Amino acid sequence: MTTASGYSVQETVERALAAARSDDCVVIAVETSSANLRWAGNTLTTNGVSASRQLTVIAINRHGHGPKDASAGVVSRAGVRPDQIEDVVRQAERAAAEATPAEDADELAGPEQPGSFGMGNKETGGIAGRDQAGSFGLGNKETGGIAGRDQAGSFGMKNRDEPGWDSPPGRTEIGVLRDFAATLGETLRAAQAAGRKLYGFAEHELTSTFLGTSSGVRQRHDQPTGRVELNAKSADLERSAWAGEATRDFTDVDVAGLAAGLAERLDWAKRTISLPAGRYETLLPPTAVSDLLTYLYWSAGAKEAAEGRTVFSKPGGGTRIGERLSAQPVTLSSDPRATGLACAPFVIAHASGPDSSVFDNGLPLSATSWISEGSLAALISSRHSAEVAGLPVTPAIDNLTFATSAAAPPALEDMIASTGRALLLTCLWYIREVDPQTLLLTGLTRDGVYLVEDGEVVGAVNNFRFNESPVGMLGRLLEVGATVPTLPREWGDYFNRAAMPPVRVEGFNMSSVSQAS
Amino acid sequence: MPLRDLADAALAQAKSLGAQHADFRAERIRGQHIGLSDGHPQTASDADDTGLAVRVIVDGTWGFASAVDLTTDAAALAARQAIEVAKVAAAMNTEPIELAPEPAYGDVTWVSAYEIDPFTVSVADKVALLAQWSNILLAHPAVSHVDASLQQVRECKFYSDGATTATQQRVRLQPALTAVAISDDGMFDTMRTLAPPVGRGYEFLTSTRLRDGTGWDFEAELAELPDLLAAKLQAPTVEPGHYDLVIDPSNLWLAIHESIGHATELDRALGYEAAYAGTSFATLDKLGSLRYGSGVMHVTGDRTTEHALATIGYDDEGVAGQSWDLITDGILSGYQLDRRMALLKGFGRSNGCAFSDGPGHMPLQRMANVSLQPAPGGPSTEDLIAGVNNGIYILGDKSWSIDMQRYNFQFTGQRFVKIKNGRLAGQLRDVAYQATTTDFWGSMEAVGGPQTYVLGGAFNCGKGQPGQVAPVSHGCPAVLMRGVRILNTAEEGAT
Repeated sequence: MTTASGYSVQETVERALAAARSDDCVVIAVETSSANLRWAGNTLTTNGVSASRQLTVIAINRHGHGPKDASAGVVSRAGVRPDQIEDVVRQAERAAAEATPAEDADELAGPEQPGSFGMGNKETGGIAGRDQAGSFGLGNKETGGIAGRDQAGSFGMKNRDEPGWDSPPGRTEIGVLRDFAATLGETLRAAQAAGRKLYGFAEHELTSTFLGTSSGVRQRHDQPTGRVELNAKSADLERSAWAGEATRDFTDVDVAGLAAGLAERLDWAKRTISLPAGRYETLLPPTAVSDLLTYLYWSAGAKEAAEGRTVFSKPGGGTRIGERLSAQPVTLSSDPRATGLACAPFVIAHASGPDSSVFDNGLPLSATSWISEGSLAALISSRHSAEVAGLPVTPAIDNLTFATSAAAPPALEDMIASTGRALLLTCLWYIREVDPQTLLLTGLTRDGVYLVEDGEVVGAVNNFRFNESPVGMLGRLLEVGATVPTLPREWGDYFNRAAMPPVRVEGFNMSSVSQAS
Repeated sequence: MPLRDLADAALAQAKSLGAQHADFRAERIRGQHIGLSDGHPQTASDADDTGLAVRVIVDGTWGFASAVDLTTDAAALAARQAIEVAKVAAAMNTEPIELAPEPAYGDVTWVSAYEIDPFTVSVADKVALLAQWSNILLAHPAVSHVDASLQQVRECKFYSDGATTATQQRVRLQPALTAVAISDDGMFDTMRTLAPPVGRGYEFLTSTRLRDGTGWDFEAELAELPDLLAAKLQAPTVEPGHYDLVIDPSNLWLAIHESIGHATELDRALGYEAAYAGTSFATLDKLGSLRYGSGVMHVTGDRTTEHALATIGYDDEGVAGQSWDLITDGILSGYQLDRRMALLKGFGRSNGCAFSDGPGHMPLQRMANVSLQPAPGGPSTEDLIAGVNNGIYILGDKSWSIDMQRYNFQFTGQRFVKIKNGRLAGQLRDVAYQATTTDFWGSMEAVGGPQTYVLGGAFNCGKGQPGQVAPVSHGCPAVLMRGVRILNTAEEGAT
């Protein structure tokens, strides 16, 4: 595929690299297309298709005192025409010339990197193997995790289903939602007839990323990302229920089934029970767990932990790596090749940050356990921040799985059935950090809080504001269920690929009652 | 390629395919973010987003499409795609779309008020300034780390619906420095500068014209911040309970944003955001009767305040900027509108709150500048503090959260100073205030005078699906609240 102006995206990358006069250069070309539908009160509200094309050039000037003595300039531009490519490169080079030496400067990854998965690489500062923490092969059926991959067979090899460097960028369009829209239309009319109101959103996006470097890297990744969210309310808006799913292509979305499940939850809420603020035994469904643990993951940076300013800092210096966070045999992990959650298997960094580095572009990513069998095992790092923290290099990966290795973990329905008295949540909302020292978060319950007594849902409870730390919560896990794919309700805009279990938490802190329904 | 030619191509294509309404936007949004850690550059990104968008109404259904290439072919193709989207989406639509009328303004231009375009200043100069400021903080023994950041945006919008063709440009920036202190026993805390984001140019960082707000007095703020942080780390933890609060504008703007700004968005009140951002307790049937707060409460919406972040000449539906009341004498008196809702609910005319954050997104009703008005001749902050026997003076925003109907909220801040018998009596730690919106504003006994009024705000207010961000300002005076619930966050987090 060529752009409207004549160059393919691959040609754009090559032209930019060829135009570079800096000592090293990284070029990232991203083509994104998306389609969406949104509805409220049983009717369409907004919709659209969009396309974007972005070119990022990272010019690197080396100053002659080894690989760590360099400056970088980063420029990103949308809709670049062929006659503008060189100008973008020159802008990046001017930015590099103005820049002071970069703290994260290093050699660029070489084209051989994909073959070195899980092995230290002395030349590049080392990508330490994740098997050090004993977590390689995490997440198989025997240990109760989500379905495992043929990991040993896939490391360092290109998935045969993935398009190669020379293939045109992937693209989505409104047609991917055509069947869904027709079914949804019928579902909306059925809800109207039944006196319910449906609200929600469906989106499909396809991003093709092409990474080229002056060190010979040519990596490409196509990322499909889709989701559907459905919210059902009673006609008087007093009762509300929500369900969401992540999907890669919408062929697996059963919107009528989702709506039927929500109708059942609205029936649960016909009996209402007022409960005061307090600490309750609480059943959190997978989506609620994903929102709390995604925030934990985002807070698990190596640099700031080593600097003494996060919940993962050890008083007196160092990090809490190795410290037990939960008595349960739980593992929090990421794997670019996780079935159904696949994401880029190499570093794509448009800018440097505390734990990301433009110099790391193209470094391979492999399965990483952040928490292993209840103990903190790794923190997110670039090569630079790993060196600062004295830890192995474990860059961020765009998916997250939480699972127990206990035998035969129960489904949420089984956990409800074995409950004496507890709250059952639907999801969490407006989650914000209150205190980084403990990673105390606040937020709200939303779209259905239910009271479970003697194994049955007995009615709907008012909403609450909670104040809880996901780190503290790990220490109060009473039960961990079977891991399933889920969509984070709060963070799904930014973090779409997650597999989580339902959990039972002792003394979840419901700080006050919310009047919202 | 003149943008007018692109608009003509898109609008003609849409009309020829049966669109009852079509509008065209082309945008170029330049953004730059610079981040330093302990005085050393850590993050530098420089982005330039361009593209075009076509929105149509076909048989009463919206259709929207965007494209990246600024060519007549791309514009016409986007128009055809928008028509196709409308036809696919028609299966779900039961409520025909119609728009409130707006005068035709012809060819108009508008440029925000600023002196120095930040993109004309070299990155090296910006880094040097941030490093200099960082080093001032790092020189203090109590400061272990300093994060410094500067975000800058130059937004150029071209809009045409055939009747109005608007070419507009505005500039904004947000500087922030955060100091971190770590005690020997591993306790740590932070304190951030109170400088707000502004619709101004680079002069906000460098000008010595402080009295009229052209520049911010960073020198003074950076000089006192390390000692304040050191005192905060050593401060006693708060005893939870109910306290009288004097709230500084640097904190109150966020409470206004969450509990008034979003609650008076009519799309929320009508349920359009029910599945995501949420709805509002301030429903349309309560217009003119809802007791929102005490009688000293006067809140306005506007898109006209100079240097405010939501200010613009014409919105993304060609509606001219206006100013209006949202809460008058404590009673709900208005909403924020777009053209569809204005007609649907009988308001007659939109008050100009349609906004899209870029060419790839369909405009939504987004927040105007929502501001609490000061009392003419009203008290100073010191006067408000003098009226408190046992209370807390709160400055700076930090953590925030509110429920999906805008009832229950919780906020923290940068600094909490104990008030004892009308005088400030040292800082407190671990403070959060929690309240229900109408109770909170009902407890407002007094608003400060114009001399206490400050324009705060946010660069990245999120709303909608697909998610969009919008800049918005909130002006307010210092206020006195009686009997607000205070939590101890350390106790809240105890396991």
